[in-house]
Amino acid sequence: MWKWLHPYANPEVTYHFTGKLMPWLSAFAAIFLSIGLVWALIFAPADYQQGESFRIFYIHVPAAMFSMSIYFAMAIAAFCSLVWQLKLSDAAASAMAPVGATFTAIALITGAAWGKPMWGTWWIWDARLTSELILLFLYFGVMALHNAFEDKNVAGKAAAILTLVGSINLPIIKYSVEWWNTLHQGATVSKLGKPSMTADMFWPFLICFLGFAFLISVVICIRFRTEILSRNSMRPWVKELLLPPVTPVTTTVSEDK
Amino acid sequence: MNNTPSLSYKAAFLLIIKRDLTIAFRHRDDILNPLLFFVIVVTLFPLGIGAESTTLSRIAPGIIWVAALLSTLLSLDRLFKSDHNDGSLEQMLLSPHPVFILVLGKIIAHWLLTGLPLILVAPLLAVLLHLNENSYGALMLTLLLGTPVLSLLGAIGVALTVGIKKGGVLLSLLILPLYIPVLIFATSAIDTAAMNLPYSGQLAIIAALLFGSLTLAPFAVSAALKVSTN
Repeated sequence: MWKWLHPYANPEVTYHFTGKLMPWLSAFAAIFLSIGLVWALIFAPADYQQGESFRIFYIHVPAAMFSMSIYFAMAIAAFCSLVWQLKLSDAAASAMAPVGATFTAIALITGAAWGKPMWGTWWIWDARLTSELILLFLYFGVMALHNAFEDKNVAGKAAAILTLVGSINLPIIKYSVEWWNTLHQGATVSKLGKPSMTADMFWPFLICFLGFAFLISVVICIRFRTEILSRNSMRPWVKELLLPPVTPVTTTVSEDK
Repeated sequence: MNNTPSLSYKAAFLLIIKRDLTIAFRHRDDILNPLLFFVIVVTLFPLGIGAESTTLSRIAPGIIWVAALLSTLLSLDRLFKSDHNDGSLEQMLLSPHPVFILVLGKIIAHWLLTGLPLILVAPLLAVLLHLNENSYGALMLTLLLGTPVLSLLGAIGVALTVGIKKGGVLLSLLILPLYIPVLIFATSAIDTAAMNLPYSGQLAIIAALLFGSLTLAPFAVSAALKVSTN
C-alpha cells in the first residue's frame, strides 16, 4: 500500500522530485498571488465600517492561518523523524521553522498595522495577539536549538523533541491566554469576529490564500532542497550535481575511487 | 550476566533523590543562591515602581511568580550539568533501570532543593509587597502545585542543552514560553482569591498541568538526554 512512498526516502529521488515540482508551484504562486493581491488591494469593495484599511485582511489572515499550520506540519515532521528516524523529515522540519517564524512575524506586523487605525493602538494584550507572540517565541526556540549544535543530526533530534513539547503546549498556551484574557478584560477588545463576507470579498481572499499556500510551499521546497544538499554533501550524487565537470578526466578518476 | 537490576525501582528512585540531596547539602551555596536571587528580584520591584501599597498589592502575585520563574531558571543549570561533566549521567543512562525513574528522582530532588525553599520564603515576601490578606492561601497553593511543573518542564530544556557549552541563554529562550500557562493560571488564581471568589478552577488546571507534566516530561527528558549525550 505504501510502496509508492518508499522511493522518496532516498534523498536523491526526493531532491529531483521537488525539483520537478518547483516550477509548477512557483507558477501557481505567481499567478494566484498577482491576481489575488491586485483584486484584493484595488478592485475588491472597501468594508463599510473599516474602510480601505480592511484590505490588510487579505495578507494578515492567510499569514496568521499559515503560521499555525506550518507549526503543525513541523510537529508532524518532527514526530516522523523521531519515531521512524527519517532523515528527510528531519530536514523538512528544519526547513520549515524559519518560514513559519517569518509568517508569524508577518501576521503580527500586519496585525499591528491594522490595529492602529482600527483599535487606536499598535498592540493590545488580546488573546490572539498574545498566543501568536508566544508562537513566535517557540519558533525562535526551535531555530536557536537547530543552530546550537554542530552536528545536524543531533540538532534535528533535539529540535524535534522541543517541537513536540511545544506542540503539546501550544493548545494549552492558547486556551490559557484566552481564559486569562476573558477573566481580566473581557469587555475591552472583541475578537476579530469574521464578518459574513460577501462573495466579492470572499473570492479575492480565497485566491490570496491559495497564492500564499503555494508561495510557502515554494519557499519550503527551496529550503528543503538546500537542506538535503548540505546534509548529503559527501554523497557522490551531490558532488556530481554541484561540482562542475571541469574536465572529463577528473570525473572518471573520482568515479574510480 | 543477568540483566535484572540489583536494586528495586523504588530503591533506585530513592537513592537518586538521596544522592542529589547529599551533594546539594555539601554545596549549600547552590541552594541559597537561587533563593537569594528570588528575594533580591522581588525587592527590586518596589524600588523601581514606587512603594505605594495599593499598586504593590495589585502586582504582588505577578512579581512573586515571575521571580519564582526566573530563580527556577537559574537553578536548573545544576540539574544535569555536573553529572554530565563527570560522566555519571552517562552511567545512569547505561544502567538497567528505566531512565524515567532516575530522571524523575533527579527532578524531584531539584524541586525539593529549589521549589520548596521558594514556597517557604514566599509568604514573607508577600508581606513585604502588601499582598491582599485573602490571597495567602492561594499563593501557597499555587506555588505548591506550580513549582514542580516549573522543575519538570525546565528539566526538558536542560536535558536538551546539557551538551552545549553556553546553554544558559538558550535555555531561557526554550523554557520561558512553556512556563506561560503556569504563570497565567497562578496569578489569576491569586487575583481571584483577593476578590474573595472561589479559585478552585485555576488550581484544578495547575494540578492538571502538574500531573500531565509529571507523567509526560520524564519521557521527553530521557529522550533529550539520549540525544545530547550520544
